[in-house]
Amino acid sequence: MKGLLIISGLGILAMLAEIFKFKKLLLPIVLLGIVSAFTLNFLEWETSLNISYFDNMISFDKLAIAFSGIILLTAFFWFILANNYFDKSSSLVDNFALVLFALVGALMLTAFKNMTTLFLGIEIMSIPLYVLAASKKEDLKSNEAGFKYLIMGSFASGFLLFGISLIYGACGTFDIMKMRIFIEQNATQLPVFFYVGVVFILIAMLFKVSAAPFHFWAPDVYEGSPTLITALMSTIVKTAVFAAILRLFSIGFGSISEIWTSALALVIAASLIIANFSAAMQSNVKRMLAFSSISHAGFMLMVILANIRTNISLDAIIYYSLAYSVGSISAFGILYNVTRKGNEDIGSFNGLSKNNPLMALCMTLAMFSLAGIPITAGFFAKYFVFITMIGTPYKWLIILAIISSAVGAYYYLKVVIAMYFNKSENDAPLIIENSNKFVIIFTSILTLLIGIVPSLVSEIFMF
Amino acid sequence: MFFTKSALSRNLALTFSVFEFIIALVAFFLFTHNPNLATLYFNHTWVQSLGINFSVGINGLSLLLILLTTFLVPLIILSTFNSLQELGSNFYGLILLMQMALVGVFSANDGFLFYVFWELALIPIYFICLLWGGENRAKITFKFFIYTLFGSLFMLVGLIYLYNHSGINGLKSWAIQDLYQAGRGLNLDQQGVVFWLIFIAFAIKMPIFPFHTWQPNTYVNAPSQGTMLLAGIMLKMGTFGVIKWLLPIVPLATEKWGSMAITLSVIGIIYASCIAIAQKDFKRLIAYSSIAHVGLISAGILSANQQGVQGAIMQMLAHGVNVVGLFFIADILLRHTGTNEINKLGGIRNINGSFAVLFLIILLGSIALPLTNGFVGEFLLINGVYQYSDIAASFAGLTVILGAVYMLRSYQQIMLGENRDSNFSFGVLASSEKLTLVIICIVVIGLGVYPKPLNDIAEQAAKDILINIK
Repeated sequence: MKGLLIISGLGILAMLAEIFKFKKLLLPIVLLGIVSAFTLNFLEWETSLNISYFDNMISFDKLAIAFSGIILLTAFFWFILANNYFDKSSSLVDNFALVLFALVGALMLTAFKNMTTLFLGIEIMSIPLYVLAASKKEDLKSNEAGFKYLIMGSFASGFLLFGISLIYGACGTFDIMKMRIFIEQNATQLPVFFYVGVVFILIAMLFKVSAAPFHFWAPDVYEGSPTLITALMSTIVKTAVFAAILRLFSIGFGSISEIWTSALALVIAASLIIANFSAAMQSNVKRMLAFSSISHAGFMLMVILANIRTNISLDAIIYYSLAYSVGSISAFGILYNVTRKGNEDIGSFNGLSKNNPLMALCMTLAMFSLAGIPITAGFFAKYFVFITMIGTPYKWLIILAIISSAVGAYYYLKVVIAMYFNKSENDAPLIIENSNKFVIIFTSILTLLIGIVPSLVSEIFMF
Repeated sequence: MFFTKSALSRNLALTFSVFEFIIALVAFFLFTHNPNLATLYFNHTWVQSLGINFSVGINGLSLLLILLTTFLVPLIILSTFNSLQELGSNFYGLILLMQMALVGVFSANDGFLFYVFWELALIPIYFICLLWGGENRAKITFKFFIYTLFGSLFMLVGLIYLYNHSGINGLKSWAIQDLYQAGRGLNLDQQGVVFWLIFIAFAIKMPIFPFHTWQPNTYVNAPSQGTMLLAGIMLKMGTFGVIKWLLPIVPLATEKWGSMAITLSVIGIIYASCIAIAQKDFKRLIAYSSIAHVGLISAGILSANQQGVQGAIMQMLAHGVNVVGLFFIADILLRHTGTNEINKLGGIRNINGSFAVLFLIILLGSIALPLTNGFVGEFLLINGVYQYSDIAASFAGLTVILGAVYMLRSYQQIMLGENRDSNFSFGVLASSEKLTLVIICIVVIGLGVYPKPLNDIAEQAAKDILINIK
């Protein structure tokens, strides 16, 4: 909870930075704030269980702390990457403030206890992102991305709100625990519009994580937005919404899982197939990563589908989110540096192994991790998903997941081949700022580290 | 290893790999002295909550394959000494990384660890082929990587399935003995599913008939050292896997589905031999001959009797040595004459007699003449397959004849006769080339005349495996 307050304070502070002229100091302050939020968050680990705030609207239990830990860690890396990003095109201060507010929304999503907090969290997170997506003001594509995101996002919010109100009509409460008790007591006599509400909420949430068939906005928005904003959307936003889905569906609607699991299974299947086969066709790396993030959404949803609330499945989703976030930050960081001067076509990666061998190695690691090849973190992430899925009736999804993993390896390797095999037209070495280098190397090491010693992360719920 | 200069790294790599061979020899003597010695096993917890242990150990089977690996890797490094290509230090780093993964595969006693090493072996070879391969390499290595990854993922699911059925009191475990137990606790249908899930991975790696399409192109396009690694050692991962990780786990299913898998293997033998006869490119010819040989090995293993399994183990060793020798010869031919086309070569014996003799010895080993290393294994294998089914054996036995046809014919065309071209030159062999070939020839003849020490271990290893089945 203290973490949430600190981040909110930072957001306000960031807006003041312009007026009181401490722009240069802003980044250190923000980083310090994130680190302290991160630590304070984990200090609440033991005492977290029974404390809730604002009349049981929000409560940071262990699950919330773990998820917000991942979000804050990703944000920390992100801010270092973004250090020099906003200098020219638009104001650093405004953008930092917007990102911080989006972060507040994301943290709320990990910890909500009440449907209104859920809605507030999603809106607080989304509205800054609509603006950020369009933050390259002169770029037509960026404007298009922002506009598309706004329209589609608002549409999804409409669904969410409608679903919430239908469920309120049936249960008479916004509180998730009370709702759960109500559902368990009246399992046989729930009205039809209650089920409609559940499905509406599911649709809205799937919209936000861009699972197929609600994914149509994602490739365009991801491609059009500035690269670092795309990184933000595909890591922090995804993680936060997953935390929300996990909480809402396996706690709130856990006892009526039979009505949403079969729909979810179809969504996962569609996500895996559509995303992977579309990604394999792309020559634009950013667009490829957009489709790949849809496919990873499919994988993460599998854990939710398994709906076994064991420690292992919680660990599985935490581990997956972390592995995916770290790998993506690394990949987007390199993509951002490589494509700074050129376009985002895969050709920009040609000859990177000569121009900057270290970055080529890091990118290879990131690609291997996203493809799920041992000994990177992505492999264990996939492995945990398989482990949780094998005990469920949806074993056919595993076969599908295997096929899509093989297809996934195909398009991730395309980047590796471009770096090591194709010749570049210009041999100028690629120079990368130290701050960015730090983030990329650090995330690469982290990818390897939790790949070799997964118990660092995967056993936090064992205790 | 990745940071040193090229010549230095080459020598360093050689030293390290010879050193590892010596360690393997020490292990060999320790093992023959006392097979249950505690120093040959190592166990450390890796991921406790999931029952994953870093557990490695050497039994007879793994010992032989580790010997093979550690013996071949120095030779492969030695074979680079006259390479035309600029091989950076990365190349040697990758080879040693590969060796690490291979030794890991052969010694893992934990299902999960086995899988991790199995996949890990893929990465260095992928880069070796990608960075130093022939033209068209990008596309071909791609196919190779995706194909094998696809297979291994099926294996992972099969292993997870076993893991889920393992253990008592809900305490699951990846340890090999627990997986054996879990597998045998399944009924026939479940075993059938697990059998195919795991077998596909091994069949792709070996490769067995319908899954072989990646292999000839990859072998031809990979750099010679890559091909040697692939054919000499990596191929054995598949056959080794069937012996250690398939037969004892699903004995019932092997009995039921084995005949089908043996049929595939036998089809592969005949099919590959026939294609080999028609080949014009020597390297491609060896690639197809390798499919034929491995078909016989897998047929022998799946017949699941003493002779079959023992013969398979012996033949794995012999084939590993011979095929590396043959690919090295192809490499020498290419470097000295600029071509691997059988039609364009001829009369080399007139120019360089000693090379002709060395080539002949290795070739005879490969067609399993008595008193060469190939004979012991092949004889036992056909014997084993015969016990299983005489029809299969009669078809599998054709490999002896067909193998002799394509090998001797290619020898005749390459080495004997007149030079086809008056400008043809071959030159003399460099000392490192000679050394490599001589070492291989010594092994070919030595193990052919006196196979007993290895054969004893293979016999015992086969018995240990088969006890688990009965």
